[in-house]
Amino acid sequence: MTEILVSGPAAPADLLIRDAHVLDPRERIDGRHDVRVRDGVIAEIGEPRSLETQGAEVVEGAGRHLLPGFVDPHVHFRTPGQEHKEDLDTGTRAAAAGGFVAVLAMPNTDPVIDSAPLLRSLRDAAAREARIPVGFTAAITRGLQGAELTEMAELRVEGAAAFTDDGRPVVSAGMLRKALQYQRLAGGVLALHEEDPSLSGRGVMHEGEMSALLGVAGIPSVSESTMIARDAALAGYESGRIHIQHLSAVESVEAVAAAKSQGVRITCEVSPHHLLLTHDDVRELDTRFKMNPPLRTEADRKVLVEALRIGTIDCVATDHAPHARDEKDVPFEQAPMGTTGLETSFAVLHTDLVGPGILSLGLLIERMTAGAELFDLPVPRIAKGGPANLALVDLDALWIAGEHGWESRSDNSAFAGRRLKGRVVMTIAAGTVAFRERAFTLVGK
Amino acid sequence: MRHLISIEDLDREGIERIVDQARRFAEVSDREIKKVPALRGRMVLNLFYEASTRTRSSFELAAKRLSADVVNFASSGSSVEKGESLKDTILTLGAHKPDAIVIRTPWAGAAALVSRWTDAAIVNAGDGKHEHPTQALLDVYTLKSRFGDLDDANVWIVGDVAHSRVARSNILAFQKMGAKVTVAGPPTLIPRNIEALGCEVRYRLDDLAQADVVYALRMQKERMTEAWVPSMREYATWYQINGRRLGSRQILMHPGPVNRGIELSGEVVDSPQAAIVAQVEAGVVVRMAVLYELLSGARATEPAPNDMEPQPA
Repeated sequence: MTEILVSGPAAPADLLIRDAHVLDPRERIDGRHDVRVRDGVIAEIGEPRSLETQGAEVVEGAGRHLLPGFVDPHVHFRTPGQEHKEDLDTGTRAAAAGGFVAVLAMPNTDPVIDSAPLLRSLRDAAAREARIPVGFTAAITRGLQGAELTEMAELRVEGAAAFTDDGRPVVSAGMLRKALQYQRLAGGVLALHEEDPSLSGRGVMHEGEMSALLGVAGIPSVSESTMIARDAALAGYESGRIHIQHLSAVESVEAVAAAKSQGVRITCEVSPHHLLLTHDDVRELDTRFKMNPPLRTEADRKVLVEALRIGTIDCVATDHAPHARDEKDVPFEQAPMGTTGLETSFAVLHTDLVGPGILSLGLLIERMTAGAELFDLPVPRIAKGGPANLALVDLDALWIAGEHGWESRSDNSAFAGRRLKGRVVMTIAAGTVAFRERAFTLVGK
Repeated sequence: MRHLISIEDLDREGIERIVDQARRFAEVSDREIKKVPALRGRMVLNLFYEASTRTRSSFELAAKRLSADVVNFASSGSSVEKGESLKDTILTLGAHKPDAIVIRTPWAGAAALVSRWTDAAIVNAGDGKHEHPTQALLDVYTLKSRFGDLDDANVWIVGDVAHSRVARSNILAFQKMGAKVTVAGPPTLIPRNIEALGCEVRYRLDDLAQADVVYALRMQKERMTEAWVPSMREYATWYQINGRRLGSRQILMHPGPVNRGIELSGEVVDSPQAAIVAQVEAGVVVRMAVLYELLSGARATEPAPNDMEPQPA
């Protein structure tokens, strides 16, 4: 089968990362080492300051952590059709700046990625422009209309990473059942945006005290959880494999936990904004906090964090959703849904969850890389002989999100202006240097 | 006070200050010449993105009685229909250097948003289903005239609370003035968690006799086609304020326009309990007080002496 991940041309790296704290829970590495990357491959892992330069560029790692690069199974790169928000170049630059070494792009573009020729042309564009490996998901139904299946088998042969109508639910249970049946031929996980539109209606934020106070239509938590329960039952019945996107509510965590305990092949993700923000942040009706699913209550937030910790929620996904400034500079009810996330994901989670000791750094790294496994992609590891997929981070660096602008073409970050601790200083993706912090100082000959 | 965007921005003293000022302007309204020079040379821009006759003309009249210049800008037939964004409209109209912009839109938070794009004082004349603060202020004014102090008064707000900015502003304002507020209506039209605003919730009018004040909300026919209620007939059966439900010592209020035969029966509209016409009258003087408070520059509770002198036309 076709390689799922595509990236643009770049020279393989030759680097000696000297004396960084190397941390990879899967490889059980947690200590200071020298790491040599030769021809894009992790060639050697040695005692700190033991490896010879051998003419390679030396990257000083002292005081820094070297982690497996992150994987995000849920981003919107807006290509084709909405390149004024983001494109493959700016999107993958944003990803690289956030320490990501692989991402999966959603198909709700214009046109929707629902046929093999469209997918092929998009992959061709990525092979020219992408700074890090990108996989492309294809729609479950044509035009995301929920009425006819896409040619899933052909799309899969062409390299579709998974199937999803993200941005919309598959409203008809019968249609989802057919997709689950067809999955036996086509393969590929079905990634589901769960929302019952008869319950969410014209809602623009969580239905609760804040929506009552603000007088805006709410999206009840049960609009998400009832669909998860329905789809888990269908997946169980058809022995299909589903992945639930962006969980936002207690009820949703319960529905997934119940399905997992019954042996349904179900996985799920949570976004940094649902882990850290609540509907209280919507009080001023700032459109940066408008997203779907919406930010919910503090009780929901706490349960999401705990579910991520114990593994009911399998991975973190940003749902990076760029929108142009003039599209967001409108009244709340008129604004499009979504926040960017790639450039802040690690830093905000490190600051607010690892800093106070709620999650360990090792666990955060596992959850920020586990997306690969769920979609049958290679999991980044710091292991000799494997491809270099690495994020070098300075856990003590203090910065303000957005203070020097963004790599993304859009600036609709729900975390803009926040004081953060921990920053990605270098990203090596698929063996090439994809990002260096602007003020990065080279040390060496 | 720089803007009037939400009742939340006002405390009890702030509400009382505006009501007291409105009372002084009411004296002006009784004179033969109703105009005072308080805001001469100031410009008030009425920017209405929703159809409105009463509120717009009430603001217009208020501004004119204060000798301000008034420009009315309605979205229909304007650049808005040609696709101009709210922000661009505000930036463009800002070139005329209005001192105050009175704005009504169908979007919650729009008035607050607009305040970031202009130096003018913003008066929220209704932002979606969020708030309509001048309506609440004129309702407080009307009630204080009719009823006296609102401390411990029992106010029932009846009807379509979910789609009512009037309800939201009034729940807050009446409570700030010391009243106890109960909202009542069909369960489909009472927002979940509305109790968070401090009010009680009822789905039946069985205890309506407890109310000192019955505030009926407008019931729009669209609510039936959107299946919020089974029929207008059923709504009227359970929630119409009529001669059987309204007591002789209760005060009846309504933000207008009234649907006779739906939320109110004709007999109660015309009854002595109804304060509906007084509310409309109060609208002008309260809006004068709001514009005066925002634009006169002085935060003094007393108007400057010559501000109140009659202004020959």
